[in-house]
Parts: sequence; structure tokens; C-alpha cells
Amino acid sequence: MLGRRGWVMTIVALGASALGLAACSTQKDTPQKDAAGKDPSVPAVVEPWKVGAYLSLSGAETQFGAETKEGIELAVDAVNKKGGVKGRPVKVFYEDDKSNPQETNNKVLQLITRDKVVALLGEVASSRSTIGGIVANKHKVPMITSSATAPEVTQIGPFVFRVCFTDDTQGQMGAEFVVKTMGKKRIGILYASDDVYSSGLAAQFRDAAKKLGGEVVVEKSFIKTETNFTTYINEIRDAKPELVYAPIYYNAMVPIARQAKAAGMPGSTFVGGDGWDAETLLQDAGEEMEGAYFTNHYAPDVPWPNAQLFLKAYKERFKRDPSSLSSLGYDSAQLLFDAMGRAKGDTPEAIRDAIAETKSFAGATGTISIDPNRNADKSIVIVQIKNKKFTYFATVNDKAAAKP
Amino acid sequence: MAMKILNALVTGLAQGSMIALVALGYTMVYGILKLINFAHSEVFMMGAFIGFFAITALGGKEAPFLAGVGGTLAAMAFAGLLGMLVERIAYAPLRTRGKGKANTRITPLVTALGMSVLLQNLAQLLFTAQYRGYPQLLPIEDTRKVIFISAFSVMVALQLLVHRTWMGKAMRALSVNIEAARLMGIRTSRVISITFITGSVLAALGAVLYCLDQSQVYPTMGVVIGTRAFVAAVIGGIGNIPGAMLGGLLIGIIGEMTKLTAYSGLQDVLVFTALIAVLLVKPTGLLGKASIEKV
Repeated sequence: MLGRRGWVMTIVALGASALGLAACSTQKDTPQKDAAGKDPSVPAVVEPWKVGAYLSLSGAETQFGAETKEGIELAVDAVNKKGGVKGRPVKVFYEDDKSNPQETNNKVLQLITRDKVVALLGEVASSRSTIGGIVANKHKVPMITSSATAPEVTQIGPFVFRVCFTDDTQGQMGAEFVVKTMGKKRIGILYASDDVYSSGLAAQFRDAAKKLGGEVVVEKSFIKTETNFTTYINEIRDAKPELVYAPIYYNAMVPIARQAKAAGMPGSTFVGGDGWDAETLLQDAGEEMEGAYFTNHYAPDVPWPNAQLFLKAYKERFKRDPSSLSSLGYDSAQLLFDAMGRAKGDTPEAIRDAIAETKSFAGATGTISIDPNRNADKSIVIVQIKNKKFTYFATVNDKAAAKP
Repeated sequence: MAMKILNALVTGLAQGSMIALVALGYTMVYGILKLINFAHSEVFMMGAFIGFFAITALGGKEAPFLAGVGGTLAAMAFAGLLGMLVERIAYAPLRTRGKGKANTRITPLVTALGMSVLLQNLAQLLFTAQYRGYPQLLPIEDTRKVIFISAFSVMVALQLLVHRTWMGKAMRALSVNIEAARLMGIRTSRVISITFITGSVLAALGAVLYCLDQSQVYPTMGVVIGTRAFVAAVIGGIGNIPGAMLGGLLIGIIGEMTKLTAYSGLQDVLVFTALIAVLLVKPTGLLGKASIEKV
């Protein structure tokens, strides 16, 4: 047995090792940032374009931030290989906001005031994009978020843009797909009531589906920490809907799919949103989800030439299939560089005007036009889960002009 | 309609018996030490992680029986050890050194919170925040039967342990008065350790069953079931073993019944309303008796 002193030593040792671990993880981040920040191909004579990117490279949403960064890196390499923008190379300053709102504010301020960037890329999440957007708008530096889908983000002011669709459009397009394309009239809805994304999508879907002539026969909401869905599923099954709209994150969808299958509801009765787009869903519930559809930004096998070019470049460099976030990160950077090339001057204001004028930009996630509200007018992809894989099914958009 | 209610009742019973398994850990520790062991939910989470790794290592779907039984046993053994370590490292020194000082109730409580945060972050560091799903070893309907049967038999066994063995007698003695128990020749620190081990082993059993049935494994998963289990322990009368079972079943059933209504999003509101209502009528909880036998 250890005596009292022995225990004290144990605790000290444990604490020290925990600190050591923490130190290791922070050390790991710094060289990465440096390596990415300094581009060896930049010649010393020409002043490079300074672009800031703030992302969640550590903390709870590390994966999202890291995937987006991969997309941005690809776009930067591509543009520098072509000789840069207006003959000047592009240099991206990456900052890690640690998935933390306070940190986001600091990092964006740093990028603008210390590094004097002409434009900003980021963030992944709507919450932190809102914070960064407020700062960017105040300092009159244009910002493009790659994947913040909450409608409020671009309403901040004239300097905030996005390259993804909004939750509003996604819900409406989901309804259009279910009612018009699939021709299903009896619809069920299952969503998380305390999650803005989920309940927002459900509300938009409900209104749009009713307008299009669909009938919502059953609607069930749960709290997002819920894991036992049997009673909900029984209720939904007994109402006999033809399809169930479930705009839920993938982590809740796994138990739902398993329990639904046990209750006799196959995966093909479910339709979801971009929250399903994660490998985990395929790994843990691929069989149960066979035949399900969801609205998304992108599919690995989408038949657009630009998407395929991106896919090839990404696979060559990272040796796996890109996620939606990578492709959106790629598009946000590409669209910015395109606008910088068209801008009448080198100032942030001139670049902002050029971004606002973007029409039919051919990106990896479809043809993007920036609308007067600074949102992306683009097509939405319907993805089907087939043989444990995300496969392209169709493209929906009521605006025919935006189709590829 | 009657069929619906019956189905929800059955689901609620299975859900409730799982909550009860976790609630037992809270209630046993409180009964003896008057300490709310907030780290219990994290022991639950760690048990789920170890169960996941063990089940995968033992072949997962290829050998469902071996993996299931082996994984559960591994998780239980690990959680028992972890529970004992938490007690020995964090709580025991405070108990011996803080004796006779004014803040003996508050310091262990804050330490328990600290242990909970520490374990949660440790899990995030070691296993990352990724969600992982257990392989499906059994069809869900069968998992639920296993849950109900094992929870029920565990509770019976626990009741026998507390009321029919010397160890149980020692536990009950400690819950009345630790000092007096020590004077009677009971090795108090050993009894306390065994209490922690028992509670943690049950939590790990609950954790593995919970994940096999419905949840994924991730570092903050303990909070979800931990809060409910704690409420269950309080509703039933904290410190009282049959009370924890009753509280767990009650919460499981209330939860499932709300899901039948249009107010399913308000499930937690109803659970806590039930808690407040019970405490208003009976401040010691449903089965709690003031200052009578508590284990």
C-alpha cells in the first residue's frame, strides 16, 4: 500500500503527465500552422496577397475545421501554380479559434489589424461565423464563410458572404424533392426540438410541403441528447407516412436507423439534410440506412466537371474521398481568388464589390451566383445511400439558370 | 391506444431499469458517505469506452456471445478499478485530513465535480470527441430483454448483499455512523472501497447495455444518463437502494409516456417537475425515511 505521501506523489505524477499531454497537443498545432502559413513558393520580390482564414483547428469541432482547411490549401496551391492572382501569389494566414466564440473574436481582430489581410475565409459553424462576421463587417473586410448555413449570418452586413445554401433553402428543397420529385403526399417529420438546425429545417420543410400539396400526418420532436427512439418510431410507423423527413445530425441518426429497422421501418423511408454527411453514419448504420435520401452540398460522384477535377486533386493529395466541408472550403477560397482577380483595385472594398458581382462561378459544389442578400444561389444535390456509400441521385433547384 | 400505452410502458421499463443501474451507484455512495459522487457518470462513460474496445478486440459481430460477455466483464472490471482509484486518490485523503473541520461536506463535493471534469477531458484527450457506435451483437428487442433481466437480477443480488451478508451489515453500520463502526472493528476504508467498486461495476454494466441498445460512445455521454440517474436516486430517496430502482423505473416510464404526447420535446421539464412534486410532498424522496437505515 502507498502511504499518504505515496498518494500525493501519484497525483503529482498524474497531473504532470496530463500537463505533458496537453503541452504535446499544443505543440503539435504550432508547427502545422507555421508550415501552412509560410509558402516556400512565394518569391521574395512580389508582395503576396494576404488572406486570413479562421477555423476550428482544435477543440470540439476540430474535424470540421481541419477538413475545411484541406480544401482551402488545395485551392491556394492551385491558384499559386497558375501564377497567383494578378501576378501576385496568395498567402493564407491560418488562425485556430479553438472552437471557442471568445477566441474567434480575438483571432479575427488579429488577422485584420495585425496581419492586415484583404479578405477573410471562415468559419465552419454558424455561431462562430456570426461573431467573425460582425468583426469583419465593422472593419470593412470581406468575409466568405464556407459552411455556415444559418440565415442570420449574411444578414450581418454588406461584407459577409457565403458559398453554401441556407437552412431555409435546404428545408424548402427537401420538401420539393419529397412532394414533387418523389410524389409522396403523406409525410412524417422527426426532429430535435432544442436544436436550431434541426427545428429550423423542419419548420421550413413543413411550410413548403403544405404549400406543394403534401400532408404532414405525424410530427414528433425529441431533445437532442435522446437515445431511445422506439416510442417515437412506433408512433410514426402507426401513422403510416410514405416518407419521413428527419433533418437530424448523423450521431442521432445512427440509433434512429437501428431502432427503426427493428420496428419494421426500412431506411428508405427516411429523407434527411446535410447533417447526415459523415462517414460515421455509413460505418455504424450503413445497412439500416440503405436507400435513404438527403439534401447535400456535394456527392463524391456528382457528374460536374469541376467537382471531378477537385475530387481528383484531393484524392491525389490526401488519399481519400473529400467531405462536403473540404469541397466548400475549396469553393470559398476559389471564389474569393476569382473575385480578387476581377476586382478594380486591391483594397478590401474593391474585393467586396467583386465578390458581390459574382455570377455563375463554376465551383466544385456547383455553379454559384451571389444573390443581392450575399447568399449563394446554387443547386442542391440529392444524395442516396446505396451499398454503404453516398451516391449522387439528382440535382434540385427551382432556378433553372443555376443548373450546371 | 391501449396497445400504444402498453408498448411505451414496456420500453419505459427497460429504459428505467438501465437508469436504475446507474442510480444505484449514486445512492450507495451517498448512503455511506453523504457524498454526491459526480464522477460516477464519468465512470459510466469510461466503462462504455472500455466495453467498446474490448468488444471490438474480441471479434465484435463475428463472435457476438464471446464479445458481448467478455466486453461486459472487461468494462465492469475496469470501472470497478477506476471507481476505487477515484475514491482512494480524491476522496479518501480529504476525509482523513479534513476530519473535524467545518467544510467537510463541501470540499468532497467540489472534488467530485473536479474529478468528473478531469475524467471527461482525459477521455477527450485519449479517445477524441468522435462518436463511435457499438457493433450490433443482438437484435434490439433481445437487447431490451437482456437489460431488463440483468437489471432486475442485479437489484435482487444487491438487496441480498446488503441485508444478508457481513459486508452488507458493515455497509449499513457505516451509513449510521462511520466512527462508531470503526470502533466496532469494521475496516471502514475497505468497506467504502467495496461500495465504490460495486457502484462502478453496476454503472459499467449499465453503460455496455445502454450502448448495445441505443447510444453511441463519446466523452460527454455520461452527462445525459448521469443527470437522469441522479434525479432517479433523489426521487426514490437518496441513500435507499429500492428507492433508486423505483425512481429509475418511474423516470423511464414518465419519459416514454411524454413521447406519446405532442410535448415530447419537454421530456426533461416533466422529469424535473415530477422531482419537485415528489420532494414537495415528501422531502426525503418516495422511500427515504429520515435518519433510518440508509445504505
